[in-house]
Amino acid sequence: MSMPFYVSPEQLMKDRADYARKGIARGRSVVVLAYDEGICFATENPSRALHKISEIYDRIAFAAVGKYNEFENLRVAGVRYADLRGYSYDRVDVTARGLANAYAQTLGTVFTTESKPLEVELVVAEVGRQAADDQIYRLTYDGSVADERGYVVMGGQADRLGALLADRYTPGMPLRDALRLAEAVLSAPADDDAAPRVVEPAGLEVAVLDRTRERRAFRRVVGKALEDLLADPPTA
Amino acid sequence: MSAEPSGRLPVAFTTPGSSSFVEFVSQVAPDLLPGRAGAGTVPPELVPHGTTIVAGVCEGGVVMAGDRRATAGPMIASRHIEKVHPADGHSAIGIAGSAGLAVELVRLFQLELEHFEKIEGMPLSLEGKANRLATILRGNLPLALQGLAVVPLFAGFDTERQLGRIFSYDITGGRYEEHDHHAVGSGSVFARGSLKKRWSPGLPLADAVAVAVEALVDAADDDAATGGPDRVRAIYPVVATITAAGYERVSDDQVAAVAMQIETDRTVVPAARPAAKPARTRSATKPATKPTGSRSAKKTTGGGESQ
Repeated sequence: MSMPFYVSPEQLMKDRADYARKGIARGRSVVVLAYDEGICFATENPSRALHKISEIYDRIAFAAVGKYNEFENLRVAGVRYADLRGYSYDRVDVTARGLANAYAQTLGTVFTTESKPLEVELVVAEVGRQAADDQIYRLTYDGSVADERGYVVMGGQADRLGALLADRYTPGMPLRDALRLAEAVLSAPADDDAAPRVVEPAGLEVAVLDRTRERRAFRRVVGKALEDLLADPPTA
Repeated sequence: MSAEPSGRLPVAFTTPGSSSFVEFVSQVAPDLLPGRAGAGTVPPELVPHGTTIVAGVCEGGVVMAGDRRATAGPMIASRHIEKVHPADGHSAIGIAGSAGLAVELVRLFQLELEHFEKIEGMPLSLEGKANRLATILRGNLPLALQGLAVVPLFAGFDTERQLGRIFSYDITGGRYEEHDHHAVGSGSVFARGSLKKRWSPGLPLADAVAVAVEALVDAADDDAATGGPDRVRAIYPVVATITAAGYERVSDDQVAAVAMQIETDRTVVPAARPAAKPARTRSATKPATKPTGSRSAKKTTGGGESQ
């Protein structure tokens, strides 16, 4: 009679976590940061159609890194969750907190019960009427939720870029400064000695949750508008 | 929402494939959808009904207008119900028929379009939107047979062909594209008559707004269930324009001005009676302007300004 191999729960979870982390670190980073009139999202993404940043509801957006098919599935689930909730109660009853909890349960259950964890990391952000009401939730592959203040970097070299962003981030900066900071962080070289990279505006996916907009706050910033924001400000 | 024991999102949420909210709801929460039949028929005097909606294609887009009245039998159920709504950025839906169901249908239709747009990353084509509305309407057929019919009018700007288009429906979900102009609801017969005379191809936007409001005034004139512009309470028809720039509601002030003009044009001036002493009235220091109303007052001011 053969005995099954004993694997300690610690080892099992560690293996799964390592697996998920490796998958997530393979892609490009996503930067999320609050500015004076909302929350902006930026990532390097050559595709015009396969988005990493998307609208979920009136004032809620979603950003993800990792495996596309896995986070796309979660995004669609999020839109369905939000629309169903808004339809059965009211539009104001759809909150980022509720959605973050639903995602956390889903990620956590998959992590502990299925053979392979989801190789994704998500941000669910909601723009409030005032900057103080903005909410940014970061969700990791194992279902942990972090309530972030101000900014998040996830995916790729998240720790390194996060430190760069922390040095230069100030709350309440205007959109132009926030976007230029995001661009600078995203184009940081892989290590300190390497030459800085150049990220063309066409290779950036940028979107904002603009609190000044009436109902649907989500807006993609593309083409000329993005180039103008990233260009040097006109000197008077 | 049926909950999974683990608290994770139910399987239906993560099943890929459908971009339709209606299909999704019919799977996970069918009781939320309108249109589930009960037994028997509903007496019309118990249910508020919305009345007249008109729409006309004009230069660069399309105009839609609806009166503000809902009736329950001979009673006025509401004086300020709004029956013209944006369906999405480039289309509008106007509703006649059973008001409660119609409002619910509009909510569902708006969500259906927005849901598709969010999931697919781009809006449906105008034809696609019109077809979705037909499908939703078909779901309401059992209730329509019980006397709770909803008759929408759908109009939008076709971004492919760069023109405004109008679609009408019957209670079975039949979809018909209308040319030039159309009206639905209890006052539609009179509104259509008015549109036939006043509408012309390539009408400028502002004129099309005036023609639409006038059609409603005509409908209100002859149909008890249609409300005309109410100057006492400052309740005016909802008028929307849909052009390449998107859906835009015409402001109440503008509609009020248009309605006022129509009223002024139609005000009957009592035929100059063979008054016994017309000369004496003229020479009086305070001319009595009451019978002739605003028209004569307006003329006086106009003359004064030009001097």
